[in-house]
Amino acid sequence: MTPAKNERPENREAAAASGEAMREFLRAGAVFILLFAMVVGFSVAQPAFININNLMSILQAVSVVAILGAGVTVTLSVGGFDLSIGAVAASSVMAASYFMIVWGLGAFSTVILVLLLGALIGFANAFLIVRLKVPDLLATLSMMFLLTGLQLIPTAGRSISPGLILPDGSTATGKYDPLFLLIGRSSLFGVVPLPVVVMAVVAVVLFVLTERTRIGRLLFATGGNELATRLAGGRTDRLKTLAYVISGTLAALGGIVVAARVGRGDVSSGSSLLMDSVAAALIGFAVLGLRRPNVFGTIVGAVFVGVLLNGLTMLNAPYYAQDFVKGAVLVGALALTYGVARGRS
Amino acid sequence: MPLLDAQSLSRSFGSTRALVDLSLAIEAGEIVALMGANGAGKSTFVKILSGVLAADSGRVTFKGRPFAPADPAAATAAGVVTVHQSTDLVGIPGLTVADALMLNRFVDPRQPFFVSRRHVRREAEAILREAGFDLPVHRDFADLAAADRQLVAIARALANKAELLILDEPTASLSASESQRLYAALLDLKRRGIAILYISHRTADLAALADRVAVLRGGRVVQTFAQPVDFDAAIETMIGRPLSSARPDARAGEGEAIFEMQDARLLAASAPFDLTLRRGEVVAVTGVLGAGKSRLLSAIFGSGRLAAGRMRLAGQPYAPATPRAAIEAGVSMAGEDRHRSSLMPAGWPGESIAATIALPHLKRWYPSGFLATGRERARAETAIDRLGIRAGGPLASVWTLSGGNQQKVVLARWEAEPGKLLLLDEPFQGVDVGARHDIITAIRSHADRATLIATSDPEEAIEVADRVLVMDHHSLRAARPIARAHALEENPS
Repeated sequence: MTPAKNERPENREAAAASGEAMREFLRAGAVFILLFAMVVGFSVAQPAFININNLMSILQAVSVVAILGAGVTVTLSVGGFDLSIGAVAASSVMAASYFMIVWGLGAFSTVILVLLLGALIGFANAFLIVRLKVPDLLATLSMMFLLTGLQLIPTAGRSISPGLILPDGSTATGKYDPLFLLIGRSSLFGVVPLPVVVMAVVAVVLFVLTERTRIGRLLFATGGNELATRLAGGRTDRLKTLAYVISGTLAALGGIVVAARVGRGDVSSGSSLLMDSVAAALIGFAVLGLRRPNVFGTIVGAVFVGVLLNGLTMLNAPYYAQDFVKGAVLVGALALTYGVARGRS
Repeated sequence: MPLLDAQSLSRSFGSTRALVDLSLAIEAGEIVALMGANGAGKSTFVKILSGVLAADSGRVTFKGRPFAPADPAAATAAGVVTVHQSTDLVGIPGLTVADALMLNRFVDPRQPFFVSRRHVRREAEAILREAGFDLPVHRDFADLAAADRQLVAIARALANKAELLILDEPTASLSASESQRLYAALLDLKRRGIAILYISHRTADLAALADRVAVLRGGRVVQTFAQPVDFDAAIETMIGRPLSSARPDARAGEGEAIFEMQDARLLAASAPFDLTLRRGEVVAVTGVLGAGKSRLLSAIFGSGRLAAGRMRLAGQPYAPATPRAAIEAGVSMAGEDRHRSSLMPAGWPGESIAATIALPHLKRWYPSGFLATGRERARAETAIDRLGIRAGGPLASVWTLSGGNQQKVVLARWEAEPGKLLLLDEPFQGVDVGARHDIITAIRSHADRATLIATSDPEEAIEVADRVLVMDHHSLRAARPIARAHALEENPS
């Protein structure tokens, strides 16, 4: 190879770098710049916003969405989609309540059983998708339906709280284990709510798993080109199964956090969780300009929406405008991700 | 005045000059065959004529008027219709042949909104009568043989008042008798004054059809041959050197047998064959598209199955159930169509050169499970140096590379760890001549393994291999270099 040939790509790269650097920076950092601008704006308009307790309450409010969003991110990375997570979370709330109030189980066994239930549902999803080759959207949509109905059957459609009257006429004798309620209601050092800690742990573990391990590389490889991954010796069926099991387990974990905060098994809990966590994962595409599912982006996406909603609420924006705001953020983020990227090429 | 006159066309992609001053004229009622090795500029030329690409410079006149279609629809409207190699997209399985013939009328807003079965059938029959083809209009398009699908595509082109038909490797997937039907149809069109630009390597096609053969090399027409065509001269012009210089260093297979196949049948109904590959030997299997080359390779790699037969690898019985098992046993394969079989999409994790090479070796390279990307970067740097991959660096996306360099990366993937048997399916697809030379050198530099290459291009087979086998109707025949055999039979020069 001659020196001239060697120089050319580098020169071109250097030229491109100087020309595109600013736009690239804006594209990659847009979400952070907006986030910062929002925090400053809200703090000026309403000084109580920047209070540490308020910031923590924002994080606590988004923790469940972020945990579920991390699961969505994993299924997106294998080229799938899990629509059942909202229903899994809601079923987990009901299951946790049922285990404690009706069966009288303690906090530990309840948490383990609920997580197992989530994993099992993920496994069922994977069976439909991987074995029976049902398209992912259809499989998880039907699972969503199934769970939405199933969670009502044991209690004949009633919410679960102490003293619940069971379908056979008897009265449930158990109650929420105080230890279980600590998951949702206690704070680390009296400052950081435990759900935020759980979210942080999930975020770090999932980030490392997806971005820094060979399993993560293979998960993305499956989503990027399943045939190529299989021809390179990857066990794509197992990888997809793993992704749905992770997604189901995280959704169950989200359900546990909700149950521990609410302290009862509400039939309507988790109705907006699916849309919110999918939105967080999709906003995550825009974070760092990656244009692909990524756990870090998903967490930032969830926080972004949380900050925006909290700030608007403090400025007395009506509650009914919330969904509109979320939708507008999502549309903006996707336009930024895809539209601006296209302009670049 | 010629029907189509292309003058001094040029077109570059980045630093690659695909067309350099290409000039070609086609008369009405003339069949001109276009020959050229991969990367010679055939497909770029066709894309310019069919409105997919614009030329950088030069001009085309069609029927005496300037011709620069903005998109394929404009080219079709002007009377230049391209029939592509893959005819699956011509019709829709589940709809009838008549529907396939009428598809473009359905999308025409000037046509009536309501359509009746009878009307569709009548119109479709008129189209076929016009074209002079006899096809079953009621049949499901999915049931048609490949040749008949070609005819459907051609009939539709004629219904669009085509005056110049461009056929891209039309016989690649046809059997001999199907090819005969197509020849007859094409010669009939020629008699009716329709010009045909015919892209093919098959000397049988060219001998039967072509009035002239234009040979492309390095983006220009280097020579045209009139009938009777001296095909050896044409092939030598195409590959740019005498055929006899193919592999003076061909090694006789004297090493131990690394891979053996006995009484193998690819399909239950196909003829059984044996295959032995020896250490250090490079064997090419050639044959037309659909002859079963890929099926043979996938059976060896565990992504497909033999219908019958036994395989042995290094003396041990070998029957991989999955590609994973094959890789563990020391067999690797770079599949046909690298975009589909080997690469991650652009912008997705794993698109870098280093990650592309590392994908099958992750477990071995990162036993802890955590990625320490220095390792794959170092491996990629070695590969870049050894194979002469022109890239910005080991972390550059494979999508910034030319086809030839992408193929080198795929080869580097399977050379990163030692193996017993390397399978390459169409490794020279979309690879320019220079990169092809590098790849051949790399393939032939390994004395410790056997290499089996599938290619539909006999010249490539001769160029790369010590031994050439021919795959026909899912069975292997004895080695016989096709071009040279042809020279002995018809052109004793």
